[in-house]
Amino acid sequence: MSLRAELRVVRDRFRLDVDLDVAPGEVVALLGPNGAGKTTALRALAGLTPGGRVRVDGAAWDGLPVRRRPVGVVFQDYLLFPTMSALENVAFGLRARGVRRAAARAEAARWLERVGLAAHAESRPRALSGGQAQRVALARALATGPRLLLLDEPLAALDAGTRVHVRAELSRHLGEFTGHTVLVTHDPLDAMVLADRLVILERGRVVQEGTPAEVARTPRTDYVAHLVGLNLYRGVAEGGTVRLDGGGVLTVAEPADGPVHVAFPPAAVSLFPQAPAGSPRNTWPVTVAGVEQHAHTTRVRLDGAPPVLADITTATLADLRLRPGDALWAVLKATEVRTYPITGAGGG
Amino acid sequence: MIRDRPLVLVLPALAGLAFLVVPLLGLLVRAPWAELPARLFSAEVGNALRLSLVCASLATALCLVLGVPLAWLLARGDVPGRGLLRALVTVPLVLPPVVGGVALLLVLGRRGLVGQHLEAWFGVSLPFTTAGVVVAEAFVAMPFLVIAVEGALRAADPRYEEAAATLGASRWLTFRRVTLPSVAPGVVAGAVLCWARALGEFGATITFAGNFPGETTTMPLAVYLALETDPDAAIVLSLVLLLVSVGVLAGLRDRWVGGAG
Repeated sequence: MSLRAELRVVRDRFRLDVDLDVAPGEVVALLGPNGAGKTTALRALAGLTPGGRVRVDGAAWDGLPVRRRPVGVVFQDYLLFPTMSALENVAFGLRARGVRRAAARAEAARWLERVGLAAHAESRPRALSGGQAQRVALARALATGPRLLLLDEPLAALDAGTRVHVRAELSRHLGEFTGHTVLVTHDPLDAMVLADRLVILERGRVVQEGTPAEVARTPRTDYVAHLVGLNLYRGVAEGGTVRLDGGGVLTVAEPADGPVHVAFPPAAVSLFPQAPAGSPRNTWPVTVAGVEQHAHTTRVRLDGAPPVLADITTATLADLRLRPGDALWAVLKATEVRTYPITGAGGG
Repeated sequence: MIRDRPLVLVLPALAGLAFLVVPLLGLLVRAPWAELPARLFSAEVGNALRLSLVCASLATALCLVLGVPLAWLLARGDVPGRGLLRALVTVPLVLPPVVGGVALLLVLGRRGLVGQHLEAWFGVSLPFTTAGVVVAEAFVAMPFLVIAVEGALRAADPRYEEAAATLGASRWLTFRRVTLPSVAPGVVAGAVLCWARALGEFGATITFAGNFPGETTTMPLAVYLALETDPDAAIVLSLVLLLVSVGVLAGLRDRWVGGAG
């Protein structure tokens, strides 16, 4: 028994065309840039936006109005009813489904206890912190016993400090949930921590899917490469060399043939003021396009054939005294370059 | 600063202010303060005041029962020709009340389109009764309520209603528990405006319900009536209406300021 959705939504010039499979207990993250259709997909699953077909546990949800679908939704800004207490918010879904008042309140109190908010049962949403409101929203969504849990950017509204804690909490609750979970996020860290599987959406289509580890190791689009912090190129391999589509030739450790992706981390690139002697492979001239300071490293954007991101240490930065426009030599270790064939959904 | 304000604007502005305020001051100056308490508690004033309060409150209740759903339909129901509907709802705002009274007579009068059936089937006759006063006041005052509530509904975030739907709530439950509480300040403001308008209603009332002391003579009608026979009584009644108006204005102001803060 599982969830299978074929989501087709056409609105103005935007077209969503996404097939989605979710196993029971599985958490799937829809990851993508703004406007990729993530939230539209979520709304289509909930029935808030018409379009496509959804089958859950063998039952077709097509034509089922929102309120008859066994879904729980955690909205981006939670949408807790401001005129009700936390307890009444959580009890609302049970009351709407015909549970008697006393029983609904007792069940809601149990849920608030599970998310650690028993002490705030009588608080109005206005009086709750962001993290607390998120947990009430989760309790409200889960209290009705949904088969499908939908979370829209569940951590986006939280500040960085709260976020780590709430993310861990949320991960625990998702682990205990036996239904299907689809969460939408544009934050790769949230997706990697919370999800069993990532589905990457761009312009209304699935461009890549896989486990977080697979996606992080073998990105197939520039967007994913940027998310996971890798240099990514497309090219044609002939044995140990890859001729890149955008210009340039790289020597790789794993021989391959045909169209391939080439990916390597920025830390695999070293920069030198002069062409290093005795290292003829994977050395090419570059010019500095920009320098960004990260926590412990400096990321240098370089133009050349190919253009490349390089992470250098602060010491190297001091030695090279980089300014935009400076001419340098980039050297890449072949052993850190990963090549994999261009295949699959929209990968080419 | 004052030099920046041209006299050609300031003089008419001051004249306008005086034009609005001086008549009210006149009421206060000419009021028979010495015999005011006795007048206020006289049967004549008491009857008119009681009738006015009862009728305006009943009219407001009627407007709430009919007007809030109407506002919801205009704001949320996907009905065709919504612009036209909204225009129709606001007609009583600009219609001379006496025309409203005539229209009500034509429809609800004893030989009216609907009135003749009311008379024949239920033995109910509205014109020239206290119920007729309520009907006339509600007709004139309802647009105030509908417009206020519709505005509040349109300003309310419809995503809360979507959230309620995902929790399994029917539209009626959603309206009762989610939508209505969120627009409560707008409903209260609309009801107060509606009540104030109903309290001051004259034209439609005297046309449709006539002027029968104790039965249809509300405060404004009593003022008009007393002006010829007993001007002091007219002033006292007017003072009471002025006081109520100022009270309504102050009450609404507090609510709006409180709501914004």
